[in-house]
Amino acid sequence: MRIVIIGNGMVGYKCCEKLVNRIPPAQRTITVFGEETRPAYDRVHLSEFFAGKSPEELTLAPAAWYEENQIRLLLGDPVIRIDRASKTITSHQGITVSYDFLILATGSAAFVPPVPGTEKKGVFIYRTIEDLEMMRDWAGKCRTGAVIGGGLLGLEAAKALVDLGITNTHVIEFATRLMPRQIDATGSLLLEARLKQLGLTIHTNKNTAAIEGDDNVSKMRFTDGTELSTDILVISAGIRPRDELARAAGLETGSRGGIVVNDNLETTDPHIFAIGECALHGNMIYGLVAPGYEMADVVADRISGRHRSFTGFDMSTRLKLIGTDVASFGDPFIEGDNIRTISVTDHQQGIYKRINISGDGKTLLGGVLVGDAADYNMLLQTCKNQIVLPPQADALLFGGRSAGEQTGMGVDSLPDAAQICSCEAVTKAAILKSITEDGCETVDAIKKCTKAGTGCGGCMPMVKDLLNHTLKAQGKYIRNLLCEHFPYTRQELFDLVKLHDIRSYDEVLSQLGSGHGCETCKPAISSILASLWGEMILRKGNDTAQDSNDRFLANIQKGGTYSVVPRIPGGEITPEKLIIIGQVAQKYQLYTKITGGQRIDLFGAHLSDLPAIWEELIAAGFESGHAYGKALRTVKSCVGSTWCRFGLHDSVSYAIRLEERYRGIRAPHKIKSGVSGCIRECAEAKSKDFGIIATEKGWNLYVCGNGGSKPQHALLLAADLDSETCIRYIDRFLMFYIKTADPLTRTATWLNKMEGGIDYLRNVVVNDSLGLAAAWEEEMQLLVASYECEWKAAVNDPEIRKRFSHFVNAPEEKDPTIAFAPLRDQKRAAEWK
Amino acid sequence: MIASAPITWYQACRTIDVPKNGGVCVKIREEQVALFHFTRTDTWYATQNECPHRNQMALSRGMIGSQGDIPKVACPFHKKTFSLETGECLSGDECSIKTYPVKIENGWVFIGMDE
Ligand code: SRM
Ligand SMILES: Cc1cc2nc3c(=O)[nH]c(=O)nc-3n(C[C@H](O)[C@H](O)[C@H](O)COP(=O)(O)OP(=O)(O)OC[C@H]3O[C@@H](n4cnc5c(N)ncnc54)[C@H](O)[C@@H]3O)c2cc1C
Ligand code: SF4
Ligand code: FES
Repeated sequence: MRIVIIGNGMVGYKCCEKLVNRIPPAQRTITVFGEETRPAYDRVHLSEFFAGKSPEELTLAPAAWYEENQIRLLLGDPVIRIDRASKTITSHQGITVSYDFLILATGSAAFVPPVPGTEKKGVFIYRTIEDLEMMRDWAGKCRTGAVIGGGLLGLEAAKALVDLGITNTHVIEFATRLMPRQIDATGSLLLEARLKQLGLTIHTNKNTAAIEGDDNVSKMRFTDGTELSTDILVISAGIRPRDELARAAGLETGSRGGIVVNDNLETTDPHIFAIGECALHGNMIYGLVAPGYEMADVVADRISGRHRSFTGFDMSTRLKLIGTDVASFGDPFIEGDNIRTISVTDHQQGIYKRINISGDGKTLLGGVLVGDAADYNMLLQTCKNQIVLPPQADALLFGGRSAGEQTGMGVDSLPDAAQICSCEAVTKAAILKSITEDGCETVDAIKKCTKAGTGCGGCMPMVKDLLNHTLKAQGKYIRNLLCEHFPYTRQELFDLVKLHDIRSYDEVLSQLGSGHGCETCKPAISSILASLWGEMILRKGNDTAQDSNDRFLANIQKGGTYSVVPRIPGGEITPEKLIIIGQVAQKYQLYTKITGGQRIDLFGAHLSDLPAIWEELIAAGFESGHAYGKALRTVKSCVGSTWCRFGLHDSVSYAIRLEERYRGIRAPHKIKSGVSGCIRECAEAKSKDFGIIATEKGWNLYVCGNGGSKPQHALLLAADLDSETCIRYIDRFLMFYIKTADPLTRTATWLNKMEGGIDYLRNVVVNDSLGLAAAWEEEMQLLVASYECEWKAAVNDPEIRKRFSHFVNAPEEKDPTIAFAPLRDQKRAAEWK
Repeated sequence: MIASAPITWYQACRTIDVPKNGGVCVKIREEQVALFHFTRTDTWYATQNECPHRNQMALSRGMIGSQGDIPKVACPFHKKTFSLETGECLSGDECSIKTYPVKIENGWVFIGMDE
C-alpha cells in the first residue's frame, strides 16, 4: 500500500505515528512531503521559542525517527500538483510519487487582510519557527509594537512582543471585544483589564485601513481616522486553510476556504483524505491541535481497514499566556429558557467565572473562566462526561482548585472513559492503568507511558491529581503500611523491633509479620535493624534479607558485574592512594570514572573478584564507600580556607570529620552532605540532605536538600554554629529522620510531608521540643562507635567470603555470559538485549 | 495415564551450601539454574537463572519472598518478580521463567531436568 502525506506539520506527523503503529513496514510505503525545512515541530508551544526553547526541543520527532520507521521524509519540497487520474503527485523539485491513499495535511496559513502596506519590512505573521526567528532579529531595535487580532493567537503574539522587550505593545481588534469566539462580553472586559496590567494596550472596534512607512513599517492608520506609530507589526487576524492544491486538483472546497471532507474524512475523491487545519468538516475548520490529532487517528484507522468516523470535536480551550488565565469549555454562550447561567465577577481581583447548566440543575453545559482557570480541567470533564452535578452547583465557581473536591466533584467522580488528555486522547482508565499496572509513580513516567500531557500540557494538573489519588488509594502515601507481610508503618516497626530487642529479619518476620516477606519489607527491616543495632549487615542470617546490592556490598551493573567505590572522605586523596586505585583497576581490568560525588568508581568487577579487590584496597588503607547502601554516601567539600583565597574555614577537614562520623550508618534512604568554605558554595551543600556553609562566625547548617529528579534546595536550620554544636544538631536531625521517615524517603520528601515544615523541625532539633535530643545524641554515639568497615569484616570472614561466587558448584568459574565492549581506552558493559 | 517426559536428576550442591531464605546459582550441563531455599517451610525451588526482562543472569541473587500464597523471587535489576511455582511473571510482564523440580537426599540437593 502506497501512502503519501502532504504536509509535515503537527497533524501530518501524528498521522505518521498512528500509521506506523497500525501497519507493519512490509505492508506499506509512506512518503511525506514537507514545505518547511524542519521535521514537524510543536506549533502549540511555538512561543516558548522566545523563552529559549531551541527548534530541536520543539521538534516532535527527529529525522532519524522517520528513517527508523521506514518513512521517506522529503523536507523543503512542497507538492505542487496532484494528478488524480494517474494517482500521482509531483513536487517542486520534480519528484513524482504514486499513491493508493493521499492524505492532505497542509494546515493553514495566517490570514493577511487586504490592507495596503502588509509587504513592508517589520510586518510579520506568527506561524512558523522562521517567522519567529525573523521577528526576534527585528525586535531588537523596536520600542513600540502592534498586533492585528485580539483572538487566541493574537494575544499570544502580543505577549511574545512584551517578552521580547517591547513593553509598549498594542492589540488591535476589529470586533467589539477580545477573543470573541471563546468568551463572552463580561469575560472580555475582565481579560482586557488583566492584559493592561501586563503592559498591553487594547483597542477594540478598530479597523486597520493602511500600514505606512517608507521601507519599514512606521505607522498604522485606522478607518476611524486615528493613527498609531509602531516599529513592528504582527498580523494574527485568523487562519486560512491551505486548500490551494486541493482546489487545483478539482476537489470541493468551502466558500471561505477548507477542503470539504465527510465523516470518513474523505474529500470528494475517496482516495484522498484531508486532516487538520486544512479540512472543512461539517462546515467547520478546527483551529486546534486535538481535533487534528483525532482526525489523524481516524484516517490511520480507515487506511488500516478499521471503520471509524469523525463526528466533530469539542472546541474547549485554555489560553496559555503567563499571568492570565482564560478558558472556555462546552458551549460558553448558550442561553435560553431552559438554561441556568450562574456567574461571579470580582473586578478587584480580575476574576470572572460563568457556568451554564441545564434547567434541572443536573448537567454542566459550558462556561467561561477568566483570571482563575484552575478548575478548567475538572469543569471540562464534568461537562464532557455529563456527570450529574451536586445540588449546590454554584459551589463549582468558588474556591479555585479545590472547588472540585469541596463539592465532591474530584477526579474520582469521573468515569473511566473520561478523556483526560484530549490532545492524545488518553482516558482516565489508561492513566490509572499506567499507575496501577505499569508502575508509574511520577507525572513524567505517566507522560512517557501514556503520552498524556505531551500535547498542550493543559491536562497536567489533572494527571497529577489522578496520580496522587491513586497512590493514596494504594497506600503509597497515606496508608504507609510496609507491605502485605507487616501490618505496621515503618515507624511502628522501628519502635517494636527496639522494644522486643529483635536482631534479625527472620525473627522480626516470625514475631511481627506473616508469609515469607518480600523485596519491600526485607530491605526496609534490614535497614531498621542496622540503624538500631549497628551490627555488620551480613551477619545473623541477615544477608539474604538485604537488597541485592547490600548483600554483595556492591552495586550490580548491566551484565551482572559490580562496581567498587572506596570511600574518599571529603574528596581528598593522596597521590599514593590514587596510584593504588589505578593499580587495582589495571589488575582486575576495571573501568574507572570520577563520580558526581567526588570519588572514584571502578566498574565491571566479577562477583568472585570482589573480595580480592577489596582486600587489596583495604590493605592500602581504603574502606567501603557504602555506594550500595541506604547510608551516608559522600560529604562533598570545596577546598576551603587551606588554599582558597575566599575560604573562611577549613571545609575539607570538617567534611572529612563529618564523613568519618556518619559513615556506614543505615537510614531509610541514602544521605548526602557537603561543606562549603564560603557563601560561593562550590561544594553545592545546599543540594544535600545536610549541608554546611562557612560564615564569618561559624557554620550555617542547611537540611533537607535534594538533587535527583526533583531538586530542592536545603533550608537553613541554624546559623553561625560552632563545629561541636553543628554536629550535635546533625546527630539529632539524622536520628529523627532515621526513626520517622517512610522507607525510601529522602530527607527532602520527609520534610515536605512533615506538618509544620522546617519551623517544626527546627523546634524539634534546635529547641528540643520533644525532649528527645539527649537520647538521640546518645543513640547516634552508639552507632558512631559501632562502625566497622563492612568489607573488612567480609573479607576476613570465610563464611561470608564464600558467598562471593557465581556458581555454587563451581566457585572458581566466572559467569560465562558476561561480556564487555571496548570504549575509548577502557571498556563498557555490552549492551543488553 | 499421562506419560511424563523422562527426567534426569542432577546433583547440584549440599543443602548447607545454600544460604537461608536465599538463592545460589548452580551450573548444570552448560545451563545456569537458580536454586532457592525457603527455610521456614523447608521448601526448595529451582528456575532458570536468566531474568527474561533484560536477559541478565541474576535471579539467584534476587530477594525471595511471597505474594499471597505464591513463593516468588525479585530480580535484582529492575525488581520484576516471578512465581517460583509456575514461573509466571507477577509484575504484569509477558515473560516467564522455566522451573525445575528439586529433591533432597542425604543432605544433597538434586535438580531434575528434561533429557
Ligand atoms: C556513580 C554515580 C554516577 C557517576 O558516575 O557520577 C551514581 C550512580 C548511581 N546513582 Fe546516583 N550516582 C552518583 C551521584 C549522584 C548524585 C550527585 C551527588 O551525590 O552529588 C545525585 C544527585 C544528588 C542527590 O542524590 O540528591 C544522584 C542521584 C541519584 C538518584 C536520585 C535520588 C533522589 O532523591 O531523587 C538515584 C535513584 C535512587 O536513589 O533511588 C540514584 C541512583 C544511582 C544508581 C544507584 C542507580 C542504580 O540503581 O544502579 C547508580 C549506581 C551506580 C553504581 O553502581 O555505582 N542516584 N546520584 C554517582 C556516585 C556518587 C558517589 O560517589 O557515590
Ligand atoms: C502560535 C500558535 C499557537 C497555537 N496554540 C494552540 C493551542 O494552544 N492549542 C491548540 O490546540 N492549538 C494551537 N495552535 C494551533 C495548532 O498549532 C494547529 O491546530 C496545528 O498545528 C494544526 O496542525 P496541521 O498539521 O493541520 O497544520 P500545520 O501544523 O500548519 O502543518 C501543515 C504543514 O504543511 C505544510 N504544507 C502546506 N502545503 C504544503 C504542500 N503543498 N506541500 C508540502 N507541505 C505543505 C506547511 O508548510 C506546514 O508545515 C497554535 C498555533 C500557533 C501558530
Ligand atoms: S543519572 Fe541515571 S544513568 Fe546516570 S548514574 Fe545516575 S542512575 Fe545511572
Ligand atoms: S533484568 Fe531482571 S528485572 Fe530487568
